[in-house]
Amino acid sequence: MALRGNLRDFTVTQLLNLINLAHKTGTLVIEGPSEAAKVAFRDGKLAHAQIGQEDGRLASVLHRSNKLTTGQLRAIQTRAVQVSDKELGLLLINAGYLSQDDILNSLQSYFTDVVRRLFTWVEGSFRFENDMAPPEDRITVRLDLENLIIEGARQLREWEQLQDEIPSLDMALKFIERPGTSMQKMNLSVEEWRVVSYINPRNTIQQIASAAKMSDLEIRRIVYGLLQAGLVEVVRPEGAPASVDRARPQVTVQNREEQKSLVNRLITRIRSI
Amino acid sequence: MQTVKMVVTGPFSAGKTEFIRSVSEIDVVSTERKVSADGERAIKNATTVAMDFGRITVDEDLVLYLFGTPGQKRFDFMWEILSEGMLGFIVMVDSTRPETFREARSILETFRAYAPTPYVVAANKQDMADAWDIDDMRHALRLDGKVKLLPCVASDKATVKNVLLELLYSILAEMDGGEK
Repeated sequence: MALRGNLRDFTVTQLLNLINLAHKTGTLVIEGPSEAAKVAFRDGKLAHAQIGQEDGRLASVLHRSNKLTTGQLRAIQTRAVQVSDKELGLLLINAGYLSQDDILNSLQSYFTDVVRRLFTWVEGSFRFENDMAPPEDRITVRLDLENLIIEGARQLREWEQLQDEIPSLDMALKFIERPGTSMQKMNLSVEEWRVVSYINPRNTIQQIASAAKMSDLEIRRIVYGLLQAGLVEVVRPEGAPASVDRARPQVTVQNREEQKSLVNRLITRIRSI
Repeated sequence: MQTVKMVVTGPFSAGKTEFIRSVSEIDVVSTERKVSADGERAIKNATTVAMDFGRITVDEDLVLYLFGTPGQKRFDFMWEILSEGMLGFIVMVDSTRPETFREARSILETFRAYAPTPYVVAANKQDMADAWDIDDMRHALRLDGKVKLLPCVASDKATVKNVLLELLYSILAEMDGGEK
């Protein structure tokens, strides 16, 4: 029977476990909410991984792992279009620029990162294609899955805990009025800032996730962090549910006189600073 | 509680973080990181990688948020996100670094394309001996005579207040104009 199903019923970690135990060879194709991923295995070991439209060619992978400079990457992308990854790898090794280990370690690190990102996918469908191999010109690796499975299981437990902490994404967030001096030392990631910019008592967490293109796990993790840092609190959304576009921080009053009154209040306040 | 947002943008090291810090009632939350590029490191050691965030509470029903954009081009993916729903924006320009004027102009055009909201240009570091004159800056930045180009010292609350007020006056004027 074909190995196919839904991520709601069968998690990525469980799939990896199955592939590992059954020493399967083929490609796991996962169709997520916004993009698809293809993860190839040989005898139950990770061989190759590709996500969405992301450039997973060797030159880009080596650039990501700081083995190639941006200039070198550009040169390869413009002048070596016809060169396959295997040929490029050999050229770099023969030129003494990189070792085989450098190349394999960079690829392993990239493929592992792709699989880690899949752990956050809780919506989508999957199928295992026994006859699908990685593209012929790509370099493959042989990476044991055990550590990844353990990591995935840990994330699953985290997901369950986060669901307990933030049971509903239909609630909104509000900045705490007096967050204290610790804010100055707070170092937020780009993803956290993305969420912060949408925080408004009118926006539900679900709407923020949708606007920031984040999965349920990602938004829960960030909201949990902001809650723990004492930066925000969970509140019931103000009024009727509104779309994020309408509810982002902005002048939402309808009447021009009200808008002018609002601006005049701002002027009075700033004059008094 | 109603919230409104203003965005403070401009080239790298123009003084955006300092500007927000001068008037925010909370400690400005910023993500400053060590600068990696040599040319940028010569100017300052840390830069804002995502954005700064400051707040001014108007009354119990209204809060103004000030968002400062990252100055480095490679973080410009954040600009559009920040510009959504803004009441107006301020373009900060370092008056002592004419080499950044072209970039300031480009940032201004980018933000105008994101949202047709009122804006003002703040000529920062006007207290420095090598600061360009406002009139010269207007020419260099190719600003129309109607665009407000305001002298500013980001660490001086009075000039920062003036910039914010001038932006609010422009917003009011546009509302009045829209009624005609």
